[in-house]
Amino acid sequence: MAFSQSRRSALPGFNLSLGYTVFYLGLIVLVPLSATFLRTAGMTWEHFVQAIASPRVMAAYRISFGASFLAALVNLVFGLLLAWVLVRYPFPGKKVIDALVDLPFALPTAVAGIALTAIYSKNGWIGQYLEPLGIKAAFSELGVLIALTFIGLPFVVRTLQPVIEELEPELEEASTTLGASRWQTITRVIFPELVPPLLTGFALSFARALGEYGSVVFISGNMPMRTEIVPLLIMTKLEQYDYRGATAIAVVMLVASFVLLLVINLLQKWSRRYHRI
Amino acid sequence: MASATVSNLQRHRPPATSQPKVTQDPAWVRWLLTTIALLFVGFFLLLPLGAVFAEAFRRGIKAYFAAFNDADALSSIRLTLLAAAISVPANLVFGVAAAWAITKFDFRGKSLLITLIDLPFAVSPVISGLIYVLVFGLQGWFGPWLFEHDIKIIFAVPGIVLATTFVTFPFVAREIIPLMQSQGTDEEHAAITLGASGWQTFWRVTLPSIKWGLFYGIILCNARAMGEFGAVSVVSGHIRGETNTIPLHVEILYNEYNFVGAFAIASLLAVLAIITLVLKSFIEWKFHQGRAEA
Repeated sequence: MAFSQSRRSALPGFNLSLGYTVFYLGLIVLVPLSATFLRTAGMTWEHFVQAIASPRVMAAYRISFGASFLAALVNLVFGLLLAWVLVRYPFPGKKVIDALVDLPFALPTAVAGIALTAIYSKNGWIGQYLEPLGIKAAFSELGVLIALTFIGLPFVVRTLQPVIEELEPELEEASTTLGASRWQTITRVIFPELVPPLLTGFALSFARALGEYGSVVFISGNMPMRTEIVPLLIMTKLEQYDYRGATAIAVVMLVASFVLLLVINLLQKWSRRYHRI
Repeated sequence: MASATVSNLQRHRPPATSQPKVTQDPAWVRWLLTTIALLFVGFFLLLPLGAVFAEAFRRGIKAYFAAFNDADALSSIRLTLLAAAISVPANLVFGVAAAWAITKFDFRGKSLLITLIDLPFAVSPVISGLIYVLVFGLQGWFGPWLFEHDIKIIFAVPGIVLATTFVTFPFVAREIIPLMQSQGTDEEHAAITLGASGWQTFWRVTLPSIKWGLFYGIILCNARAMGEFGAVSVVSGHIRGETNTIPLHVEILYNEYNFVGAFAIASLLAVLAIITLVLKSFIEWKFHQGRAEA
């Protein structure tokens, strides 16, 4: 990485601020992160494949990716609803509700985890009503889904809100004047504008859910092959001093995260271009 | 800018109270959607928050306070405060340096640098801890050397501080970079031309104009630093009274079926979350008020 100033600026501090930025970034983030890749480079191919594709690991991928996808889908629907209501409809206590949307960011994941478990276990506030219906929420796949939905909720709402705020009322007025019904205006005029931020919010929520650990471990029951998510499996391998196994799976998850980051980047670029027109 | 979180002072406006009339949905639609949204928030967000306090006070106020009368609990609180007291200022200084370099100068590789700063948000907390084990752990790069010199990083306080710093790395930078970008460099140039030194320009011109963004970043950074669980769990080693932070202590109590104790300690973090949300809303309000006046 060769950074050099491409246009001289009269302001001081370029070398100091950039030098410190790159040094600190390398020290805290880049060097340690590269350790995972360098460590796996020392493994033979057979060992690597064995570590990342054993049946237990495959089951964990299925649960992590599947539950994260479903959770992001739930957030897509309710996030859209919530963002729309928060921007468009007046109701008392709106500011409190708006602030509360960020609770999953602010509440530590371990606290969310034990609270959700308390609510959805069979004696809990909600669990006691689900139990007679034959629905087991805590300590099941459903529990994983509930926790992942909780932590991913703010993403869709917060990416949609500014876009809905900036929708031009003139467009809707024009559509109405030209004879479109309210439903047609919403599906043909408003919705297309919301597609890029919806996808961005979905991807952000999915990415966050994929790496989540704290809120899930309490509510999932951690049953191998059933409710064991990938981050938990990495943790288990570490506790068994299987550093190679843990690192190999971590590399798979890191690659998945980086691909998602790239997708999110592109989606945001698309969304911004869409918006300037 | 890529983001794995979406809290952003500039983008988030406090909700408006009045709406245009022409393009309004029928009353029954408004009622229905608002009701569903409120029920969802109630069930999904308020209920867990309420559950923390309900469980903490289940056996009364005495049992609640008894949970804090415990040396391990107090040491976990001290450690959490210590980890936040180191990692938040470290990331604050970094955030300001990064924002100064990125927004006041043109250089090649800038967008790559911005993406790299965001990287820790894309990494799973468990992996955030693992990377330090691979570097400083007994089997890691520097493990044998550290062992010989009797320096403990993993399963000790330095590891916890490092992991906390990693997961909170981007908070301040990502908050003030867009803010400083939107402000341009005219005022700094004017100050320098009028004879101010670089530091004077920074303290007197730049800092006042980004103060709300800085507060916002610090608050979010602090909330995450004090609440981090996964990354810290990997590097902590769970030594009672020594390497347990508040969230880790909550986990231990919970796994020992000491539910009142676990929720009592957890209620501290829930209060922290509520304070964070209140301060966050306050700063958003202040910031947009300032903008409206300007």
